[in-house]
Amino acid sequence: MKLTLKIWRQKNAKNKGKIVEYPIDGISPDMSFLEMLDVLNQKLITEGEEPVAFDHDCREGICGSCSLYINGEAHGPDRRVTTCQLHMRKFKDGDTIFIEPFRANAFPVIKDLIVDRSAFDRIQHAGGFISVNTSGNTQDGNAIPISKHAADEAMDAATCIGCGACVASCKNSSAMLFVGAKVSQYALLPQGQVEATDRVQNMVAQMDLEGFGNCTNTGACEVECPKGISLENIARMNRELIKANLKG
Amino acid sequence: MSGFLKSSIGRKIAMAISAFFLMVFILQHFAINILSVFNPDAFNEVSHFMGTNPLVQFVLQPVLIFGVVFHFLMGFVLEFKNRASRRVSYAVNNGNANSTWMSRNMIYSGGFILVFLVIHFIDFWIPELNIKYVTGDTSGLLADGSDYRYFEELQHKFVPLWRVILYCVGFIFLSLHLLHGFNSAFQSVGGNNKYTNSLKGFGKAYAVLIPLGFIVIALFHFFNNSH
Repeated sequence: MKLTLKIWRQKNAKNKGKIVEYPIDGISPDMSFLEMLDVLNQKLITEGEEPVAFDHDCREGICGSCSLYINGEAHGPDRRVTTCQLHMRKFKDGDTIFIEPFRANAFPVIKDLIVDRSAFDRIQHAGGFISVNTSGNTQDGNAIPISKHAADEAMDAATCIGCGACVASCKNSSAMLFVGAKVSQYALLPQGQVEATDRVQNMVAQMDLEGFGNCTNTGACEVECPKGISLENIARMNRELIKANLKG
Repeated sequence: MSGFLKSSIGRKIAMAISAFFLMVFILQHFAINILSVFNPDAFNEVSHFMGTNPLVQFVLQPVLIFGVVFHFLMGFVLEFKNRASRRVSYAVNNGNANSTWMSRNMIYSGGFILVFLVIHFIDFWIPELNIKYVTGDTSGLLADGSDYRYFEELQHKFVPLWRVILYCVGFIFLSLHLLHGFNSAFQSVGGNNKYTNSLKGFGKAYAVLIPLGFIVIALFHFFNNSH
């Protein structure tokens, strides 16, 4: 495959970036998108140019490291996959592909296509946990009876890998799908009940502090989420917050 | 309350509550207006009641005005804040791939509805206030005293074609706004689970049928007048 890549290049966080065009040839349709970028980077290094910086780690869709806004969509045109699982057969020979970083004020660009997603970590630190006594007499989680339905829904919410595609896709740069999933995975389980009130209040407060936008329920986040996290999680978070505020 | 409105979810919920209130108002407005097609006398009676009842005039009407102003102001505030949350926009953004045009452009459909509402107020509400509270005529009767004036005023308003077209376009924008807004309001207050799926169909029906009903009323009076 012969392609024209239009890639966002930005030296560092303070530098003003721009789209730079790179023609590339000899790409196999069986390559993953990141392998195609590897080929480009090898070419750039050989030519003495700075390679394109992009995030990646597991390359099997579970770590949440890779990002990229490809032809106007987070993780590209395929559904329920991360960028590392996207394959070049989704594109046609001769295509022009725009590759940009995930954009939001709360996700500042560090370099080229790498953005700082530590805002998500700070939201998690604010309440995305349960306190468990680890003295050695810790109760086995499986000893607590939990309905299959609740366990399944909690597991679905917990599959969120925190990649930030929801923020990148949302026209408002809202993080509510991520926060909704993290609130839900505990709200659905008995272990999460003790800290439920503080959790939702603190996580929402931190989300607002980070400068994410307000959700207007367009549903773009759900469609672009590589793990298919449902909008029901946002509704559940809203209910949890109403409940928490009524409790005081 | 101010703390609640500063929270992103608090604002969502406040928008949704004002939207619920306005959707109920639109339904009752339609129920009264459709009477003008089937039973002008009943339309006159109900209009006179609504226009002179102290509870409607001095309690419900101010609440309605507050609801309308709040919904518009909060809508503009949210749009401004949301746009500001992404300083650098994408070179290529394929919004159609993941969301509806209606959901992404509520500010434009809402903006046109605001323009329409201003014209609607100038057409009906301000003259009504003038007759009742400036000239002091609360009889609701025509100048010759033969009948109530409401039906005749309504018919008179829908004589010019430009106004009929403007109202029809206004209702189309109302439909586009409701096609996203109805279900969005339920989602905002936490109403999205397996029990509320049937609401989605009802929301779409409401968003199409009520504005369509208003268009039918406007066209009915236009064609009724011209024949």
